[in-house]
Amino acid sequence: MSGSLGRPRPEVVLCPGGPALIRSDVPAVDVVVTDAQQTVDRPVVAFCRCGRTGREPWCDGTHKLARGAGAPRKLPRSDR
Amino acid sequence: MLLPRPRGPLSARLRRLLLDGVEEIDDLETATEGHASSVPPDSVLHDEDLQLSLWMIYELSFRGFDDVDDRWEWAPEIAGLRTVLERPFEQWLRDVTEGWVSRTLAVEGDVADKIFALTDGFDEGPDLSRFIRKEATPDHVRDFLRQRSIYHLKESDPHTFVIPRLTGPAKAHLVELQYDEYGGGRPGFLHHELFAVTLREAGLDDAYGAYIEEADGPTLAATNAMSLLCLHRRLRGVAMGHLAAFEATSSIPCRRIAAGLRRTGFSDDAARYYDEHVEADAVHEQLAAREICGTLVDSGDVSVRDVVFGAAACLVLDRYQSESLMARWDGAHTPDQLEAAR
Repeated sequence: MSGSLGRPRPEVVLCPGGPALIRSDVPAVDVVVTDAQQTVDRPVVAFCRCGRTGREPWCDGTHKLARGAGAPRKLPRSDR
Repeated sequence: MLLPRPRGPLSARLRRLLLDGVEEIDDLETATEGHASSVPPDSVLHDEDLQLSLWMIYELSFRGFDDVDDRWEWAPEIAGLRTVLERPFEQWLRDVTEGWVSRTLAVEGDVADKIFALTDGFDEGPDLSRFIRKEATPDHVRDFLRQRSIYHLKESDPHTFVIPRLTGPAKAHLVELQYDEYGGGRPGFLHHELFAVTLREAGLDDAYGAYIEEADGPTLAATNAMSLLCLHRRLRGVAMGHLAAFEATSSIPCRRIAAGLRRTGFSDDAARYYDEHVEADAVHEQLAAREICGTLVDSGDVSVRDVVFGAAACLVLDRYQSESLMARWDGAHTPDQLEAAR
């Protein structure tokens, strides 16, 4: 592709306390996913980083049930 | 889809206006004003006459009705009635979420931290997804699917109206999310099409709006809220906050509901919609909270308060929907009796 914009580069976003979001046109993902059944068909995928997912390698939101560093912050108590 | 049966004087007159165009519009506006101003604030949710009227007006902007001229969508009379009906609904949403909004705004961190703190700490009421996983009968499941069909058969459509109202990264990420919702360009895999498969597999009607006559107040209000937020440019931040909370409270419940469907004998194809959401919404919650709401707030385009209000509104409406279903299943009318009466 010509011009100064070029192609969008693969992008990795590390979500604090959550998964790694990966935007790529597949090669970066192929390296990690060895199971032939695990094809990538989303424009962006979320890789589990907490090790608790039931759908390895994908995030299934389970990190939110964890206590400690990955847990969401606490709401202040209600005044009522 | 045909216009539904009215549930009170307001929806009856609106229906006549849309079908025959013969209603005295000044009278109808006055009556609507009177109705809207006399609804006690805590009854807006359960006022099915008001909620159904709003739903009929909003649907003119989505699939329309086979028995209504499409030109009514932009008719000034309809815009006037919509404004009158939206006012008490929006005010109720603001009032009922006020406590949650102030507590969430006090959470340290960025807007995503606040959204996740709210979705984690919110009192969600009866745990509907756990009930479906462990105890629900096939009739309970079908009852649940019928109520959910009102929104799930148009899933994501309201949010598409927000795209042209955004700019920069938030716009790119909303489109990315919507592309996934719409099946990544593969017909048959749009999420609302996957839900239609669920309905068919459960022996239910997959036609758009097929169960509108059964939709309760909270179900109508939940779908109306999305139309309200997504059809007004001034509420774009609220709409995106709602989306973030919706996605952030989806993966884990969807896993339970998929398990419940299989436990009660429904097929893998029936569970597919929920399976898909476990994985998709783990991505979407991050996209919505961080890359859509986060960048919108950082750019100064919308306020944190708007985003948090939208998130709280989503959770409150979801709780009312769960309470309504669970109360019905708990009460004298079991789904079997309802089925028999149908």
